Amino acid sequence: MISQLVILWTDALVFLLLLFATLFGIYASRKAHLRGPWRQVVRNKVGVGTLVVLSFYLVVALLDSVHFHPMLDRAELKGADATQSVEVISLFDRLVEGLRERQEKTYSAPLATRLYAKENIELPDGRVIRDFPRLTYGGAHLTDPDSERLPDILRLSAIGIIKGLVVSLAVANVLIMLLAMRSGRSFGAQGRAVLRGATEIPWKTVFYTLALMLMLIFWSAELAAKYHLLGTDKVGEDVFYQALKSIRTGLLIGTLTTLVMLPAAILLGIMAGYFRGWVDDIIQYTYTTLNSIPGVLLIAAAILMLQIYMSNHADEFNSLVERADLRLLFLVIILGVTSWTGLCRLLRGETLKLREMDYVQAATAFGVSNLKIIGRHILPNVLHIVLIAVILDFSGLVLAEAVLSYVNIGVDPTMNSWGNMINSARLEMAREPIVWWSLAAAMIFMFSLVLAANLFSDVVRDAFDPRLRGSR
Amino acid sequence: MTDVLLRVKGLKTWLGEGENPVRAVDGVEFEIRRGETFALLGESGCGKSMTALSLMRLLPPSGRIIQGEAWLGGTSLFDLAEMDMRRERGGRMGMIFQEPMTSLNAVRTVADQIGESVRLHDPENRNDTRSRAVELLKAVGIPDPVRRLDEYPHQLSGGMKQRVMIAMALAGRPELLIADEPTTALDVTIQAQVLALLKDLQQKTGMAVLLITHDLGVVSDVADRVAVMYAGQLIEQATTKRFIRSPAHPYSQKLFQSLPTSGKRGGRLAVIKGSVPKLTQDFKHCRFVDRCDQSMDICTRSEPDWREQGAGGGVRCHLENYPDIRIDQSVTPDSAGTKAVHKSEESLLETRDLKVHFPIHKGVFKRVVGHVKAVDGVDISIAPGRTLALVGESGCGKTTVGKGILQLVRPTGGSARFGGEELTGLTGGALRKRRSRMQIIFQDPVASMNPRMLVGDIIAEGMQAQNIGGSAVSRRGRVLELLEHVGLPADAADLYPNEFSGGQRQRICIARALAVEPRFIVCDEPTSALDVSVQAQILNLLMDLQQEHRISYLFITHNISVVSYLAHEVAVMYLGRIVERGTVEEVLDSPAHPYTQALLSAVPAIDSGSGREVIRLEGDMPSPATPPSGCHFHPRCLQASDECREAYPVSVSLSDTRRVSCFKYRR
Repeated sequence: MISQLVILWTDALVFLLLLFATLFGIYASRKAHLRGPWRQVVRNKVGVGTLVVLSFYLVVALLDSVHFHPMLDRAELKGADATQSVEVISLFDRLVEGLRERQEKTYSAPLATRLYAKENIELPDGRVIRDFPRLTYGGAHLTDPDSERLPDILRLSAIGIIKGLVVSLAVANVLIMLLAMRSGRSFGAQGRAVLRGATEIPWKTVFYTLALMLMLIFWSAELAAKYHLLGTDKVGEDVFYQALKSIRTGLLIGTLTTLVMLPAAILLGIMAGYFRGWVDDIIQYTYTTLNSIPGVLLIAAAILMLQIYMSNHADEFNSLVERADLRLLFLVIILGVTSWTGLCRLLRGETLKLREMDYVQAATAFGVSNLKIIGRHILPNVLHIVLIAVILDFSGLVLAEAVLSYVNIGVDPTMNSWGNMINSARLEMAREPIVWWSLAAAMIFMFSLVLAANLFSDVVRDAFDPRLRGSR
Repeated sequence: MTDVLLRVKGLKTWLGEGENPVRAVDGVEFEIRRGETFALLGESGCGKSMTALSLMRLLPPSGRIIQGEAWLGGTSLFDLAEMDMRRERGGRMGMIFQEPMTSLNAVRTVADQIGESVRLHDPENRNDTRSRAVELLKAVGIPDPVRRLDEYPHQLSGGMKQRVMIAMALAGRPELLIADEPTTALDVTIQAQVLALLKDLQQKTGMAVLLITHDLGVVSDVADRVAVMYAGQLIEQATTKRFIRSPAHPYSQKLFQSLPTSGKRGGRLAVIKGSVPKLTQDFKHCRFVDRCDQSMDICTRSEPDWREQGAGGGVRCHLENYPDIRIDQSVTPDSAGTKAVHKSEESLLETRDLKVHFPIHKGVFKRVVGHVKAVDGVDISIAPGRTLALVGESGCGKTTVGKGILQLVRPTGGSARFGGEELTGLTGGALRKRRSRMQIIFQDPVASMNPRMLVGDIIAEGMQAQNIGGSAVSRRGRVLELLEHVGLPADAADLYPNEFSGGQRQRICIARALAVEPRFIVCDEPTSALDVSVQAQILNLLMDLQQEHRISYLFITHNISVVSYLAHEVAVMYLGRIVERGTVEEVLDSPAHPYTQALLSAVPAIDSGSGREVIRLEGDMPSPATPPSGCHFHPRCLQASDECREAYPVSVSLSDTRRVSCFKYRR
């Protein structure tokens, strides 16, 4: 099925980031001052609830980050020596293949069985009438859509929800079993403890959120198999599929940007605060200057330059996907360049405070070198600020992508992103009758991601901020 | 009794929710009569402040009053509606806090802040708050009150701010003034001013004062009656006179014995072992039993009851039931540790005209417009195995001298020679190599250790940087050895600093300094953040180490009693310069410089009735950026003459060991 893996730049970076996160997790689990706050996060109901939601987004994004050239059927390939197409698809595409391939002609409303525009239809008896034609795929299994549609949808919904319930029950049982094994209690006792909310980690909340998410997924899977859950767009592509594909774009911009900006922010911020003097002056002037250039201008300039480069060197790119990917990478880098200043300033201030601490003075009195003092005394003590900043920035960056794509300096127009969806919705909103589902789909997906991320970051900040720690 | 103003009965205040709340106040009962000063004495964390906050009903959100009554005159404070309580606060009950810097609003003028109190609590003067504010400022002894009215808090000095706080508390003409450690953040000379002011006000207005403090000296100076608080309970109550003469509870006795004084020189100080027990438990035994050296069987089985002793006095101790077994606890100085170290040959450390000036930058181009002369020509010398105490008020440059010698702050002039080698010009590796010979112990044991590092790593850091101690394994062995040396268990190496109490942390800091085998340690107020009983442990440890390893100390402090106990020589510093130095006997017994005289007289003495005359210093220390012309001390000096205004007096030698900078003494 998979013939040759294609590793795009952003894919590589995503998995690099995942590796870093895992390594950091291992490092943090051995340090009491990092383990404590995280423990507080997972003991918070909002914390675990949002974590479950976020992990679903993450799974989609990761699946969507494994790209390959699909194998073609032998039959289609007579005479060709290559056994693979030039098309690049991801694991996620393969998983939801039906969604990707069932293209209609043009707009259709969510769960509709007919197109959204009238067309000339030739009847079997040769007459031509002007009506809304049936969709090729959406509700194609129905013989009389007008009367059968609603019961069918209800039936499918019920099946989906029941499936979701069953699966979540199974998952819950397995988890309780594992928990029981770990705590040494009997299965029943552990189950009762979970339901009473007597466990340290609020597993009850985890199960409820999980069940809700699973039911939602199975429900939409059932419906999406037979209908277009969120309608289709101008060229008949499934909007639900587009919204799902946009998850990767959003998450990538939210996370990779921080990967780009962190080294600069940490290094320069700490250097400015620690060495003071002319080092501080140079760094301060740099970020003050950078801050006074409107970020959008800088991004527009960079993206336009890249576009010119790409149109001049079109032969360097094997596929559209690679082109779009490079543009995404560039956007991430330029967003990183414009957004490191805030964190840098925070770190400089904190370092200024820390360098006067007695333990830094004591280390100086021992003759410890500057580099070691920074690594051993300063960096671990500003890490919580970095963490809070990264998590708080995430949702802002996801929203920034939407805005930038809206003004056409965001990701490539061929790439699925919420920003592009909103951008195309601009014309759709002006149509009569109005096409609202592209915008609504983008909003629903973006809103739930950003809300979950914001709630989660609140919990993380509460856990890590030393000033808030004593107040509860 | 009709003259009882405040009566507190069975007060219990708990902090925090859940299964184990902190029982911060656990059944406290006392009475305060009109016009008296009642002191609540105790170590930090034993519930003194919580008692006061409960009375004001100003507890933090997690705190709540579980039971008890408090009657102010005929009013039951805990039954008042919040509206009525607000009238009592600042009305009949005033409160002043420890930190004058944070108790005033920085963006409002003095007149505004005092006026607010007047408007709320003094209806007669509502329309003329300004003149009432002037009156109040006059009452608290602020010179030129009319001008001060329109100033902001940052324009006032620490002592002045505390006076303004007191003026605000007085605005409602309180019958009871609650003073929560009112002088702890202030210097000795300012403390003397504020305490005298409180006494004076009390005589004039007849208000009662509830004074919360940890300082036995302050208690003996101003209090009429005293109650000792320990682990949320009152354990002893008595008139101040009786309390000082014969403290009844073993804890109180120990407190007195652990005070460093010149009489205990050379001997070891009595220590109270361990620390205050956790208040999250439900006590079934005497709270002090683990730390008491007179404990009996019964002490571990039942909690002692309150036993009345004379008028208004009492004690909570089982020993009261068995007067016969009472051990005589008179002080027996340990004669073993005599001052074996004699005035020795070579000096180990010597500074000549050491100067540390900090430039003041201004404007866009950061032009230097002046200098803060933190240290302005200091000569000191310390012999091996001796202790030089550097005393002075905060801001006089003591700490900067210490850091300047260690090259943590680069001196701008003069020389500092250590073992014959000049330190001031050294940089990079050359300086790094000599770092192991000189170490520093800081004031705040919390801030002086990286909270993200294990204790073992903290101690080993210096050895690692200096490349001593061999392999990681042998270094580890040395760490454990050091921990044992300072009296900590070996498993402490694998814990984080926040798992230790203040005294234990200071021990870790000492172990860290010792790790590189220094010959000279700068002790920068190492005990001022600690309680008296813990201070004794640290001082004992420092003494032992000196005798064992012949380490020299530069002991920076403002605590005269520590000086008299520990130091061999004393240097008194004022505004960046040393005004007098000599051996401890010379300087403390017969101070020559007027500043030294004033400083020593301001220290509250515990043996009351000695007829001490406090030399009242007016005002505060001037800024070291713009020192007064002539002798720096002349604006505050009572003996200043014209000569003093014109030139700085040269240092005059009074004996072999003694020098003083004052025109009173001439060659």
